[in-house]
Amino acid sequence: MSLLDYFRSTKKNTANTAKERLQIIVAHERKRRNGPDYLPQLERDILEVIRKYVDIPADQIAVSLEQRGDQISVLELNVTFPDDKR
Amino acid sequence: MAKIIVVTSGKGGVGKTTSSAAIGTGLALAGHKTVIVDFDIGLRNLDLIMGCERRVVYDFVNVINGEANLKQTLIKDKRTDNLFILPASQTRDKDALTRDGVEKVLNELAKDFDFIICDSPAGIESGAMMALYFADEAVVVTNPEVSSVRDSDRILGMLSSKSRRAEQGLEGIKEHLLLTRYNPERVEKGEMLSVEDVKEILAIELVGVIPESQAVLNASNSGQPVILDKESDAGQAYLDTIKRLLGEQVPFRFLNVEKKGFIKRIFGG
Repeated sequence: MSLLDYFRSTKKNTANTAKERLQIIVAHERKRRNGPDYLPQLERDILEVIRKYVDIPADQIAVSLEQRGDQISVLELNVTFPDDKR
Repeated sequence: MAKIIVVTSGKGGVGKTTSSAAIGTGLALAGHKTVIVDFDIGLRNLDLIMGCERRVVYDFVNVINGEANLKQTLIKDKRTDNLFILPASQTRDKDALTRDGVEKVLNELAKDFDFIICDSPAGIESGAMMALYFADEAVVVTNPEVSSVRDSDRILGMLSSKSRRAEQGLEGIKEHLLLTRYNPERVEKGEMLSVEDVKEILAIELVGVIPESQAVLNASNSGQPVILDKESDAGQAYLDTIKRLLGEQVPFRFLNVEKKGFIKRIFGG
């Protein structure tokens, strides 16, 4: 970095931002890729049902199917309720 | 037995055709009989990059439909021995490539060639899926940029689930990462993902890093694969890539900023 740059810049490092964003989205998409095709629809349906009672945004629900050993698959449902609606 | 290598990326404009031309030419230079097959039906461009656009008589789809044989259709490269091009068709019919047809042509090519390079179209539609289906190895061309890295990851998913090797339960396609348009200055400033960043996210073995280079546009302007420009940084980086593809250990070059003089370091520029 040159002397001029040193005084000029308090610029933030966008490459790090890119890396963090990519790590999150890629991990998310890989999980989905390995799951069954019906999972996104199941997620939407569950969201609809919950929304009949509590108004939650779409990104506050996560559904995943995890394979544990040969015999057991675990369907995990994670819903974050907003504080004031409890 | 011929080795089938697909050059793919998901995203368009990252350098698939440039890389296909360079890799095909490099393998032929190394003494291997090589054919580059353009799978981009409707948007044929490999012929332009290879400088043989005026010698196209028949194309891939003609061969599949039995309207011409391979001998009539293959274009022999005039600069490099052992190198042939199978041009794509300019038809608008996207379904002109059938899996049986492609398999028949690849089987016939496999009798005669050491390497078959499949230049994939962008996207994840039938042409791209057809290009990767029969592959033994894949070169995943990626730019150090968010959308390209994400699309490459998507393609890696396809390679491991939608290929012949996956469907038949064979050993998976060997995946190679080829990072193109790399700009060490911008990486140093924290404006561009580094080689290490991309490797960490995609988690596949790195086969080459091609620096962003004036030589690439000059090469495509004149219809010469950039690997023939042996003076250029990009040309040398592709030559290194070929050695690694063939199993040699070669140190990576062009990853760091060239050292500047004292005056430049003080005042920038």
